[in-house]
Amino acid sequence: MTSTVESAGESPAAVPRFPMTRAAGCPFDPPPTAVAQQKQAPLTRVRLWDDSTPWLVTRYAEQRALLADPRVSADINRPGYPLQVALPPGGGSASFVLMDDPEHARLRRMVTAPFAIKRVAALRPAIQGIVDELIDDMLAGPKPVDLVEAFALPVPSLVICELLGVPYADHDFFQDNSKIVIKRDAGPEQRMGAQRALLGYLDDLMGRKLADPADDLLSGLAERVRSGEMTRNEAAQMGVLLLIAGHETTANMIALGTLALLEHPAQLELLRDSDDPKLVASAVEELLRYLNIVHNGRRRVALEDIEIAGERVRAGEGLIIANDIGNRDPDAFPDPDRLDIERDARHHVAFGFGVHQCLGQPLARLELQVVYSTLYRRIPALRLAGDIERVPFKHDGNVYGVYELPVTW
Amino acid sequence: MKITLDQDKCVASGQCVVAAADVFDQRDEDGIAVLLTAEPPADQATDTRHAASVCPALAIHIQE
Ligand code: SF4
Repeated sequence: MTSTVESAGESPAAVPRFPMTRAAGCPFDPPPTAVAQQKQAPLTRVRLWDDSTPWLVTRYAEQRALLADPRVSADINRPGYPLQVALPPGGGSASFVLMDDPEHARLRRMVTAPFAIKRVAALRPAIQGIVDELIDDMLAGPKPVDLVEAFALPVPSLVICELLGVPYADHDFFQDNSKIVIKRDAGPEQRMGAQRALLGYLDDLMGRKLADPADDLLSGLAERVRSGEMTRNEAAQMGVLLLIAGHETTANMIALGTLALLEHPAQLELLRDSDDPKLVASAVEELLRYLNIVHNGRRRVALEDIEIAGERVRAGEGLIIANDIGNRDPDAFPDPDRLDIERDARHHVAFGFGVHQCLGQPLARLELQVVYSTLYRRIPALRLAGDIERVPFKHDGNVYGVYELPVTW
Repeated sequence: MKITLDQDKCVASGQCVVAAADVFDQRDEDGIAVLLTAEPPADQATDTRHAASVCPALAIHIQE
């Protein structure tokens, strides 16, 4: 079943397509059509690839309300769920991200302990070491250099490998496959192949952790498999999710955040010249808000009729919660299109909201704080090598960012 | 100000600990939030209110 526009007189052509394209020359701003939709109403309709017309939730207050509403489901297998691509035969992914409670809560709680604030904070010296070493290598090597390849991707990859207990030597394999999984335009076969490859890899690794446990997250999951708390397949799926989410998202925030700062030199200078950890933390929140790299919306489906903002969302209708525009809602963030690292942006929704809010956010925050407080200070002359017009942006990704960022100093 | 925390709702995001470390902590075994003080002093009121507002699970309730 797909949702349809019911209001009489509204021609199908008037319903804009989703996802929408960004304006040329405005790489950091949400698509103009999305901004126009937000001005129009808190909830509007959009048309997807399969011609279904789910709701686009455009404003911050309604986004938070719906993401925290138990009448809203994240289950990808429910009729009416606004799919990004056709589901493979046999249903959607078995990841807990696409499930509802109590299954979602059961699985999520298996991996919450390693992401507790104090546990993550204890990783700071290790992360600082990784960051410093990569900068040493950059400074010793040739320039210009691609910041994505030399720094933005290795930092979170090394960190998540360490945390999970995945051999970093395999990084080419899992980075290549992760890229395909999150590429919007990847064909279904290509995407499924990449997913299968990653699942096979994690399952194999799980086997090794079962036989020979170490002090890492995957060994912790192996222990739960042994005690019968979760199945081996659930553990492997969880490993795939953490591995992909752990490196792709942060890598994009590092590279795109750096480019945004280079384009806002006064803000960059402020950050570089301060040794106040509070300003660094606030800069991280502001860049998360401003860039909101997950720009394809959080997808949900209504379980019951819901009255909100003068609209009635009917049971079975899809919802696309566009957090990138929510983070530019002037009612939640005054002068929202201005990058201002001194503002209080902590209530942004870049990590989502509700029970599905990003599990890895403490780790992401810490990595970004270490990176943003180190990179520009150690390489004060860092600048873009070439023209911003030539930078390849990930317009086709589910996670926004840049494919390459040539820099010099 | 009086705080209540619903541990069944908590999703262990730790946002409350970041906002108000003197009022909230997390259990070692699963990261679920615990209340260190149900009646925080006046100088922690703003941080505590912020913690409640950013809690993604709406697990923190404040009675002023
Ligand atoms: S912010 Fe809410 S969900 Fe997160 S740990 Fe605290 S109480 Fe739990």
